[in-house]
Amino acid sequence: MTTNLATSPARARALFDRIQQNRYLGLVGLAVALLAPFITATNYALSVMTSALLFVMLAVGLNIVVGYCGLLDLGYAAFFAIGAYVSGILATRYGWPLLATVPVVIVAAVVAGIVIGGPTLRLRSDYLAIVTLGFGEIIRITANNLTITGGPSGIYGIPGIMLLGVDLSGPVGLYYTCVVVVALAVLGAARLGRSRLGRAWRFIREDEDAAEAMGINTYRVKLAAYIGGAIWGGLAGILFGAQLSAISPPSFTFLWSALILMAVVLGGMGSTPGVVLGAIFISVLPELLREAADYRYFVFGILLIIVMIFRRQGLWPARAVERQSRRDRRRAEEQDVRKAEEVVP
Amino acid sequence: MTQLLWNGLFVGSFYALVALGYTMVYGIIRLLNFAHGDLYMLGAFVGFGVLSVAGGLATGLGFVALLIVMVIAMLVTGTAGLVLERVAYRPLRGAPRLSVLITAVGASFALEYGMRLAAGPNPEVYPVRLAGDPVNLLGARITVQQASLILIAILLMAGLQWLVMGTETGRAMRAISQDPTAALYMGINVDAVIARTFFIGSALAGAAGVMAGGYYGKIDFLMGFIIGLKAFTAAVIGGIGNIKGAMLGGLALGLLESFGTAWVGGQWRDVFAFGFLIVFLTLRPTGILGERVTERV
Repeated sequence: MTTNLATSPARARALFDRIQQNRYLGLVGLAVALLAPFITATNYALSVMTSALLFVMLAVGLNIVVGYCGLLDLGYAAFFAIGAYVSGILATRYGWPLLATVPVVIVAAVVAGIVIGGPTLRLRSDYLAIVTLGFGEIIRITANNLTITGGPSGIYGIPGIMLLGVDLSGPVGLYYTCVVVVALAVLGAARLGRSRLGRAWRFIREDEDAAEAMGINTYRVKLAAYIGGAIWGGLAGILFGAQLSAISPPSFTFLWSALILMAVVLGGMGSTPGVVLGAIFISVLPELLREAADYRYFVFGILLIIVMIFRRQGLWPARAVERQSRRDRRRAEEQDVRKAEEVVP
Repeated sequence: MTQLLWNGLFVGSFYALVALGYTMVYGIIRLLNFAHGDLYMLGAFVGFGVLSVAGGLATGLGFVALLIVMVIAMLVTGTAGLVLERVAYRPLRGAPRLSVLITAVGASFALEYGMRLAAGPNPEVYPVRLAGDPVNLLGARITVQQASLILIAILLMAGLQWLVMGTETGRAMRAISQDPTAALYMGINVDAVIARTFFIGSALAGAAGVMAGGYYGKIDFLMGFIIGLKAFTAAVIGGIGNIKGAMLGGLALGLLESFGTAWVGGQWRDVFAFGFLIVFLTLRPTGILGERVTERV
């Protein structure tokens, strides 16, 4: 009996590790997302789920900057705003279809990323945090003051997404569009994190000086992470415009940036499943706890401190060891066989 | 023209007071205390609370009441700074920089929305207003109260300068900012000195909060956010970690804003200030008085 008690936490941990390392985890998540509307498909439920998906996309994008590269971006909502406004302006004032605005949004996000990241990433990483904070305010105030962005009332009448003549602007169509786009975004970010560039990011996060000594151009690699995050945020902004059909400056305050950061930190910086779950948690929780709305942000703030002091890796931490690719594993096995043959002639 | 100059100096002295706390904490333990602006907010609310309780007595005394309230607010915000350091920052000393920054964001969030819980989401109106008759001085309209607020700010800064350059605590602070480990070996109680630094910096922010409440007349729980950013900008302009730099930077930012606003319009004031921060970081990241900061390996 006593042994059983002693081993059960260890067993639970082993089980958890197995779940965590399961390569079909992503597919299970996708299946859940695809099947959810069959359980409940009221307009309210669909809108909550669509918002949760958008939040997942934002969190995964911020995870590139904060989780992989260890740079603190406190103005992430700015890229979200740039995406939403650029696509919204082109769609409403110039009549572009929403899909055609995608390349322009990407270019705009990259340019903004270079303008902000270019000068600040040369300095100590603390500076980036506060400059991005200022940048978030600059974008919001600018949107509030210009006439082309509609001033304080913003832009309304943003059309839905049309793909090959199929209208995807209804709640169901939009939800499934988001599922596909966000799934691709999550997969893309996760693969980016495992790439050569991703390894360089994590190296910089752990020890920037050592990374530089190993020949990594830390400035360019950091800028790449920042721009990557910008693109993800901009694309999420297009979906946001399509979902709400109206955008205005109050949608892009510091609160948003802080909530996205919260999702990343709570879930586990650098861990894709952790960040996805963190984003779903942060975006759905307020819907479940409507009465406690006043306490919400206060609790979030306290939670940030507690997580940083007691569990810095987040609730679902990233694996420390990289999974071997199938090819590498086969090679290792072949080598073992060869060694065995050498021993037994 | 003189009016613009005067307005700039006036606002700049607020910025300088808040920037001092920023720069002191940064100088000593290389921490960007995002919650610093919220301590300014806390100071304004403490002042508001005391004035509301004291009620009629305070309104009769006017300016003197505000001075007493300011001292109380400074003690409260100073203590809040101590608690913040003890609970949130000390456990993380030596942790990766990212964790400390995130903790600071959490602390700022908790202070803002904690105040929202305590005082409600709506702006409060300060019971004591400092709106005296303006006096014409070299073509600028100046009130006696404005002049006295600036005088208080200057006195506080002079006091700080004396404290850092002339007392034993100040010497310990300077030693820690150069090398915390060596300072520890020399018998300096590093934890106590850092705590004292937080107390002083936070108290200065609280004083600025009361002054802003008395002058602008309106306070709300998010008022610290923008001022925190501005104070950081001021600290960077002057050279972060440098006390004289923070004073200079605060005045410079106040003047820049004042002239910039006249030039591009009031609604662009914050954009102008933060845009200037980015330009400044590109051209001279070490600030006007800052030395070159090299990262230690």
